[in-house]
Amino acid sequence: MFTGFMMNAWITGTIVAVVAGVVGYFVVLRGSAFPAHAIPKGAFAGAAGASLLGISTLVGLTVFSILGAIGIGSLSRRGRSDVATALALVLMLALGAAFLSRTTEYEPEIYALLFGEILGVSSSAILPVAGLAAACIAAIAAIYRPLLLSSVVPDVAEAKGIRGYRIEMCFLIVVALTTAVTVPVVGALLIFSLMIGPPAAARSLTSRPVLAIVLAVVIALSTLWAAIALSYLYNWPVGFFVGVLGAASYAIGRGWSTWHRSMRAPQGV
Amino acid sequence: MHRLYTAVFEPGFFGNGQVHVAVAIGGVVAIVCAIVGVFTVMRGQSFAGHSLGDVAAAGGSGALLIGLNPVAGFVGLGVVGAAVMDMIGVQRLRGRDLATGIVLGAAIGLSALFLYLTATTGATTGATQQVLFGSIFTTSSATIGVVTALGGVALAAVALVHRPLLLSTVSPDVAAARGVPVRLVGVIYMLALAVSVGLSSIAIGAILSTALLIGPAAAALRLTKRVARALGIACVIGVLATWLGVLLAYDSYYWGSAHLSLPVSFFIVVVIFVTYLVADAITARLARTATRRREFVSPARATGTEG
Repeated sequence: MFTGFMMNAWITGTIVAVVAGVVGYFVVLRGSAFPAHAIPKGAFAGAAGASLLGISTLVGLTVFSILGAIGIGSLSRRGRSDVATALALVLMLALGAAFLSRTTEYEPEIYALLFGEILGVSSSAILPVAGLAAACIAAIAAIYRPLLLSSVVPDVAEAKGIRGYRIEMCFLIVVALTTAVTVPVVGALLIFSLMIGPPAAARSLTSRPVLAIVLAVVIALSTLWAAIALSYLYNWPVGFFVGVLGAASYAIGRGWSTWHRSMRAPQGV
Repeated sequence: MHRLYTAVFEPGFFGNGQVHVAVAIGGVVAIVCAIVGVFTVMRGQSFAGHSLGDVAAAGGSGALLIGLNPVAGFVGLGVVGAAVMDMIGVQRLRGRDLATGIVLGAAIGLSALFLYLTATTGATTGATQQVLFGSIFTTSSATIGVVTALGGVALAAVALVHRPLLLSTVSPDVAAARGVPVRLVGVIYMLALAVSVGLSSIAIGAILSTALLIGPAAAALRLTKRVARALGIACVIGVLATWLGVLLAYDSYYWGSAHLSLPVSFFIVVVIFVTYLVADAITARLARTATRRREFVSPARATGTEG
């Protein structure tokens, strides 16, 4: 389980889980689940386009996810942000459908792009993934305070001179970069599960930001490690375990906090 | 004249059986989606509308795996997903995003498994694409009846609760104060949404189901604030965009010598997107001239009252 290609899976999986935990905390805090779903899913079209042009998938993913982030950000300025996200998403998917109709890409590759192929990561893929991941974490660290402030109390942030629109754009671009890192590994659809379930569980356990981020990373790591191990043992797709365990971690976190509150309530009264 | 006609409608367009099915089913789905979509956009539940399509697709791939009727899978899991979203708290503005996200995440995991098992057991090929993208041209004519019936049920549900639904959409507090069962109305709406989205994903694919749900409704609500008018405009935009998309996709086979034949979903989405941008631009322009006129009029009025 810890030899050869499995080692690559463990290393990239760890990187992906750390990034997903950190970025995911802000996704949940800001209520940006829809963009966090739409950007990776739309970026899938970029991968299809890249294979049509014969260029690297990573380039296609990066270009499309950043374009998607900019599209969502600028359309949101004029209308409702959920509508903007939906429209940007369908436009990207439609382009993807058009690209796919022109390629001779066969089904397993599409499946891998959507649901990930963590067990097939080559060792040459580790370095770019690690580099982009470090960039994402550095970007979050750089805008940490204004980002946190504008997520929790947008009015106060505006009053302090933090431009909400600019922060939103920066954050969407970080999500886009995260997408580029993670899609080749866990797939366009499952990075979403990893960015939502563990951070949501962490948030229901504590309200302190730094502790919650650490917890989110820990839960994301255990989810992904368990998923890799289970997938290795039972030969079922890693995505299935990530999706189900991610949702389960949220259910457990929420159950625990409800139980905790009900235990404490009588003493408080 | 005839030349122009054959340039617009390439040979055999009106005699083609698949085109008939596509036009019929596309029209029905476009109307159902446009009407439910107006409420979806007003309630700010586009994410739920999109997610239910993916949840339904997971049901569809599960049904494919165990050999069940796909319509049952699509609509069944969609309804279950809507119920779970409601349980977690889709009705509250703050928890809505998360409730939708958790259900969507779990559903995606399930589709990963179902599609994987389907591919390895080798029962069918192209299941991934079929479930994700679908195609209006591959729909069998037998589906029209089911789609129309279920679409009718969804519309009837929305029509039944449209007054309390509108009130609880515009201001939940007033609705609650007037004794409207806000939660129950919300659940009925979510179920109608699940049925119509599930239906449209099976008929025309998951991409188009979101596009037809959100696009026409959003464009209509840009143009007017009155709900009845928005419903009408959304239906017209949805149906016309669908038919234009079908026509363009059919024609695209004859463009150039390469037989491009681009997918119909691509054309429908592009038409809808352009329509939204145009509606947005018109509204922005009208708003600008209105402000300018007010600015022009108000000083005159001011001097009038003084004099």
